[in-house]
Amino acid sequence: MSPAATARAAVRPVGVVSVAQTKSVRREDHRNEVEMLMPIVTEVFANIGVTKLDMGFVCSGSTDYLVGAPFSFVMALDAVGVWPPMRESHVEMDGAWALYEAWTLLQEGEIDTALVYSFGRSSPSQLDRILALQLDPYYMAPMWPDPVALAALQAQALIDTGKATEKDFAVVAARSRRDALGNPNAQVAKDQSPDELLRDDYVVAPLRRHALPPITDGVVAVVLAAEDRARDLCDRPAWITGIDHRIEAHALGARDLAQSPSTRAAAQGAGVFDASDAVHVDVAELHAPFAHQELILREALGLADSVAVNPSGGALAANALMVAGLLRIVEAATRIMDGSAGSAIAHATSGPCLQQNLVCALAAEPSGPTGKGA
Amino acid sequence: MAERCAVIGVGQTKHAAKREDVSIAGLVREAAGRALEDAGLDWADIDAVVIGKAPDMFEGVMMPELYLASALGAVGKPMLRVHTAGSVGGSTAIVAAHLVASGRHERVLTVAFEKQSDSDAMWALSVPQPFSAPLLAGAGGFFAPIIRAYMRRSGAPDHIGILVAVKDRLQALKNPYAHLHIEDISFDMVKDSIMLWDPVRYLETCPSSDGAAAMVLVSERVAESSTSSRPPAWIHGMAMRSEPTMFAGRDQVNPQAGLDCAADVYHQAGITEPRRQIDVAEVYVPFSWFEPMWLENLGFADQGDGWKLTESGATALDGGDIPWNCSGGVLSSNPIGASGMLRFLEVAMQVRGQAGEHQVENVRTALGHAYGGGSQFFAMWVLGADKP
Repeated sequence: MSPAATARAAVRPVGVVSVAQTKSVRREDHRNEVEMLMPIVTEVFANIGVTKLDMGFVCSGSTDYLVGAPFSFVMALDAVGVWPPMRESHVEMDGAWALYEAWTLLQEGEIDTALVYSFGRSSPSQLDRILALQLDPYYMAPMWPDPVALAALQAQALIDTGKATEKDFAVVAARSRRDALGNPNAQVAKDQSPDELLRDDYVVAPLRRHALPPITDGVVAVVLAAEDRARDLCDRPAWITGIDHRIEAHALGARDLAQSPSTRAAAQGAGVFDASDAVHVDVAELHAPFAHQELILREALGLADSVAVNPSGGALAANALMVAGLLRIVEAATRIMDGSAGSAIAHATSGPCLQQNLVCALAAEPSGPTGKGA
Repeated sequence: MAERCAVIGVGQTKHAAKREDVSIAGLVREAAGRALEDAGLDWADIDAVVIGKAPDMFEGVMMPELYLASALGAVGKPMLRVHTAGSVGGSTAIVAAHLVASGRHERVLTVAFEKQSDSDAMWALSVPQPFSAPLLAGAGGFFAPIIRAYMRRSGAPDHIGILVAVKDRLQALKNPYAHLHIEDISFDMVKDSIMLWDPVRYLETCPSSDGAAAMVLVSERVAESSTSSRPPAWIHGMAMRSEPTMFAGRDQVNPQAGLDCAADVYHQAGITEPRRQIDVAEVYVPFSWFEPMWLENLGFADQGDGWKLTESGATALDGGDIPWNCSGGVLSSNPIGASGMLRFLEVAMQVRGQAGEHQVENVRTALGHAYGGGSQFFAMWVLGADKP
């Protein structure tokens, strides 16, 4: 998988200048999607003293199947209140891809700001049923394979390569939930050793309870700004030095599930590798809903052991569908904006067994960590 | 500064009530393959794929682009899925065009589809929601009161909608891809058809169709070296606008988002007199009365006068000075997610001179329009034969 022809024009510096998120919870009983979004949209503007009138574009990501209603993004748009009418669009994807669409538009130079948000209230749904409807409607969906079973096939494929063991999955889960203790927005945070976790029962072998993501309700919002506008709005923007995404075949039998070539190609497109194929970043926020997927992603990205992976706890600590990918960008950007990191990569995934992947490189300087940009 | 972008390939399916001969993948591939052939390109030449459709419940497949990645040759490439209600076909083309305009890609395949026969759109539109009045009557029930408000406001006589319904079906007879080919369509046939949502009769409403549309959008460099037998259709302007579904200050008959979107796209394209400067338009008219309403909203007629243009025959392919929906429009083919893209695609065909029997002579400038939701989401583009 080689990078497609991209980026003929010089990349215009665009940065994350404000972020806001709900505390991730197992079940948000008292507020619908609009009611969850409204305070977050208010907060993401208030952080930098702007209003919706300052936004050149609005883009959101969500899926109707979580809400159980067609056009669910239409209702959600009331959280912004697009009056006077605004330039606005929506992707039926994780919010990370909405951010990509907004970033693309900002490249043209006609607008300087954009609001990006996504919402995912997973709790009212039967996720095993609706995610089965994401599969090939003729050859797979009629058998109703659930997402945990599909992830287990992938985990077993990884074990079969000899590159990882069930213990490695437990190490990922233990580290993620322990790191989540430092994240006030995380849903699942606890300090347990891998050996303790290995006493869990299997949900679907070889995946035990700890290797699965929680079911989460949450929303997230981001403001992007370009060049001087970003510097005006934020002392230390998290500059997007590169961003790209790739999709793989849907049919699981057509893929090597133990690898993620689309993540690697997206990372190449985002310009994260140096001449010796290494990645120099302080932090990586990887959207790995199942513990074994972090191991596959680490290999695809060639991450050194020195990189702090998922200091937020990652998707094992909070996994609101359609939100968790954009949340990785938010968590990575937060660490750059607060000065605790100089560079980061954020990753988002969609589809069964890491079918589609996005990589976003962020840095405290628009030229990027290695000074070469994307 | 945005890069120039042009359409060098178009493809669509034969639209029909039920395309039982193809799967969803077969349907989109039929349109996409034709677009690539028209462009003189192969699947491998494409840098990125942007796909759009209306709600996933219309087929009962969640995020079907995941399953369609292989069928659309997207494996190993970036793929985006747009959903902006009924305007989605237009919005999808615009998102794809921005991938070129931003300098990100040089050859983008954009596709939109709906396979309504796989599910039931009326059901999908009417899922009960907490604290919301159930719609139950589909889109027609929503728009009928807005049409009635237009009739009262403009004083339009009752038969205007019938004229539009007849005109678009007559034009559809010249489009081999159109779903409805009603050979003996007449004023009386429409007038005598059953009243569905007063004032909208059965033959004044759009059909439910299976169908897909696809276009190849390219950079200036690729357009100028294209081996396509047809000239490129250059994008002179593109715009999107959204407004809320409901609040007290909203005019649903003449929505501000439509006015703003038109003003934006006209400004980009240097259009100050739409009726004089635009040679042909494909405008999203799912219910007959939306032709006079959009004539006003798009600035082809003064407020209250849209129906007079329709009545005068100005919008007819045969003899009109501003032919609208020469393809037969949404009233003749309505694969919902693709309906907006078909408007955008049909004007590309007109500019490139490939519209066959429904071709308007000497088209230099054309307007494609789509709207969705409760008349609240708008997408438009202006194409031209000359490089902007």
